Amino acid sequence: MAERLPPVDALLVGFGWTGAILGQELTDAGLNVLALERGAWRDTPTDFAPTFAQDELRYYFRHELFERLSHETLTVRNNIGQTALPMRQLGSFLPGSNVGGAGVHWNGQTWRFLPSDFVAHSHNLQRYGKLQQDMTIQDWGVSYDELEPHYDRFEYICGISGQAGNLRGAIQAGGNPFEGPRARPYPNPPMAMSYPPTLFAEAARSLGYKPFPQPSANMSQAYTNPLGVQLGPCTYCGFCEKFGCGNYSKATAQTTILPVLMRKPNFTLRTESEVLKINLDSTGKRAVSVTYVDAAGREYEQPADLIVLTAYILHNVRLLLLSGIGKPYDPVAGTGVVGRNYAYQITSSVNVFYDDKLLNPFIGAGAHGMLIDEFNGDNFDHSGLGFIGGGFIGIVQTGGRPIEMHATPEGTPKWGSAFKKAIARNYLRSTSVVTHGAVMSHRGNYLDLDPTYRDVYGRPLLRMTFDFTDNEHKMSDYLTDKATDLAKAMKPREIKVNKRQGSWDVVPYQTTHNTGGAVMGTDPSTSVVNRYLQSWDVSNLFVLGSGAFPQNPGYNPTGTVAALAYWAADAIRTRYLKAPGPLA
Amino acid sequence: MTTDSAPVRITRRRLLSAGAVLPVAATAASQLIRRDMPWQEGTAAEPTAATQASQGNQYAFLAAAEAAFVEAAVARIIPHDELGPGALEAGAAVFIDRQLAGEFGRGERWYMQGPWAKGEKTQGYQTRMTPANLYRAAIREIDAAVGHEGKAASFAKLAVAEQDRWLKDLEDGKPQLPTADAKTFFTMLLQNTLEGFWSDPVYGGNRDMAGWKLIGFPGAHYDYTAYVGKHGEAFPLPPTGLGGRPAWRKEGSNG
Repeated sequence: MAERLPPVDALLVGFGWTGAILGQELTDAGLNVLALERGAWRDTPTDFAPTFAQDELRYYFRHELFERLSHETLTVRNNIGQTALPMRQLGSFLPGSNVGGAGVHWNGQTWRFLPSDFVAHSHNLQRYGKLQQDMTIQDWGVSYDELEPHYDRFEYICGISGQAGNLRGAIQAGGNPFEGPRARPYPNPPMAMSYPPTLFAEAARSLGYKPFPQPSANMSQAYTNPLGVQLGPCTYCGFCEKFGCGNYSKATAQTTILPVLMRKPNFTLRTESEVLKINLDSTGKRAVSVTYVDAAGREYEQPADLIVLTAYILHNVRLLLLSGIGKPYDPVAGTGVVGRNYAYQITSSVNVFYDDKLLNPFIGAGAHGMLIDEFNGDNFDHSGLGFIGGGFIGIVQTGGRPIEMHATPEGTPKWGSAFKKAIARNYLRSTSVVTHGAVMSHRGNYLDLDPTYRDVYGRPLLRMTFDFTDNEHKMSDYLTDKATDLAKAMKPREIKVNKRQGSWDVVPYQTTHNTGGAVMGTDPSTSVVNRYLQSWDVSNLFVLGSGAFPQNPGYNPTGTVAALAYWAADAIRTRYLKAPGPLA
Repeated sequence: MTTDSAPVRITRRRLLSAGAVLPVAATAASQLIRRDMPWQEGTAAEPTAATQASQGNQYAFLAAAEAAFVEAAVARIIPHDELGPGALEAGAAVFIDRQLAGEFGRGERWYMQGPWAKGEKTQGYQTRMTPANLYRAAIREIDAAVGHEGKAASFAKLAVAEQDRWLKDLEDGKPQLPTADAKTFFTMLLQNTLEGFWSDPVYGGNRDMAGWKLIGFPGAHYDYTAYVGKHGEAFPLPPTGLGGRPAWRKEGSNG
């Protein structure tokens, strides 16, 4: 029997980026806010101090900062004809665990989506006349212009390093000319560039493209954010992605918001407290509490006036399904909404090998690169190409960690003397042009509850049914061809093209950019939350995160996840608290 | 465990004095954090604590025959040659032994509940065996198959060309072993060998930073700021591990 606890004004389920943002905003509004985090406290000096943070084995290959699958995983399959089996080892994506979530081990690649991305359905329909059958893309219900102040807010909280490409409509030299208009420049100048991104930028210019520095949450200089929290200049140590930053140089919840939020009298965090269910009242239209379990296995009922799901996308969607909130999606009938429009990212690369250039791949940072955006979104004419969407192309030198990154030329065996010679010859002289592509939503790609497999509490695991469709393969091949041209223009000794072929595979790491399943929109029959991320069914419940994306554009998601969090927080503060109830 | 209760007690006191409405008695198994950044002196989890056993060559997990197999296999995966030490000389067998003896060997972070099915290739690892079990079963079964073939009593006693042929067959998933999946085992063995060659020396492999020296990786170097803009120039410093460099140690010290 769960022990019932005294109520709070607002309850956050999960304490990563969106939890920190909502915690800060809602406590500013005077609410008494409690966050329940299933993991433990994590902070720079105790958990990834600079004396031991640069440990490739521990943090990446032994998954120190990632989700423990023994506690909870999900099952995966490519289509409904297969039997889903559990993801027993981490691979394709790396959900975070503990305070700060995946935001602790992210790269810091911080984008705004294109204005046209937010109207993907109507825009593509208008420009190209029709969409592929079974493609279920839709408009977001929120516009770029509406989100602009919230993107700006996040960029200044983080101290993003970058070069503006479009200031209030005026195109800026050296920036991304395709980005939507921004009210002001990035708070910090771009990072210093190492050799490979520089070589890429030269090649891109030679082909007539407009390369620009990747917007980066790694600090190009010391920075104090609007909350008064200080970050230090990045040292380009090459341990960002999959690692915590020991140097306070990567914007995370810990380095931007928590030092202020944690000290507020109206904020409380309970760690090692895992929410099992959202409880509704007898009408089913109001959430009254959550049930959670502590580390000793004791159950509690925590009442709250307002509940915000701020866990990772996969957990938010699963919690909705386990709590019976919203109609689950049925891919055969095409009805229901929860779990609908799950999407991902499609990536490919072209390895570049030189003999005459020392590239020093170990000098890097998570978002330290030069890119082009000519082939992203609808920045180019798709007529006759047979696909929509796109992605960015470029060189991001995240670091040369050798267990993970030891590219070899075409035809090299994977072990033995020839392998050893190839690594010794190429490690310092190779780099990789990457493509990072969109995944459109499709009728057959979705999330639901698995009929067989259970977590440690005996609850059904989430089941992911996903594969790349014809649209993604055509688009990714197109991007890879462009990347190949760019790689050749870098004038290397040789290249190796790594297309993304066949079905989605859970084994090789690709990206932790899972999206959809609790999508936002203006029609309750095709979305889980309204344009303010408020549940259509339960008006005192908001669902944040990339689960709201109706499809996944060709950029990293965190900038938009955070902008939507500020957008939702603003709606709660300025409208919902004055008149609790449906906002749309 | 004694340190665990400290921040709770402190925050409780503050909580009570602040007249807060939140209950405290119910949350003993959780950490209640309020008006505080919970810093606990001495709790930084350095990797060395778990790996101090990695001094020397005493095997912790592998039995003699298993050690002979692993030593022979890693020596073929990254051989000693004119470029310098291979995986065996770099301590990859010791590394693998330490890993199998610990959390990795037990598959503690993996989802290991049934039911079990082979699944599609795209569904990844679906073997019921933990890494420790897989090594144990695969080595026993490969050695038995080698013995049955009649050229040597075990894999470790084969001529290197024969060892290479066996490894290639395992890589291709050709041998049908009684319980272990050949390809799954080879994939793990290859990955663990690379880890033993290139991970930080605190884990018992990459001895004398041989793996890093071979390719030119400077290791756990803190700051490259001065070198970002030096395009095409060789980085001048030798590699550094989490425990520093051998040259930093005092004569006679084993630290």
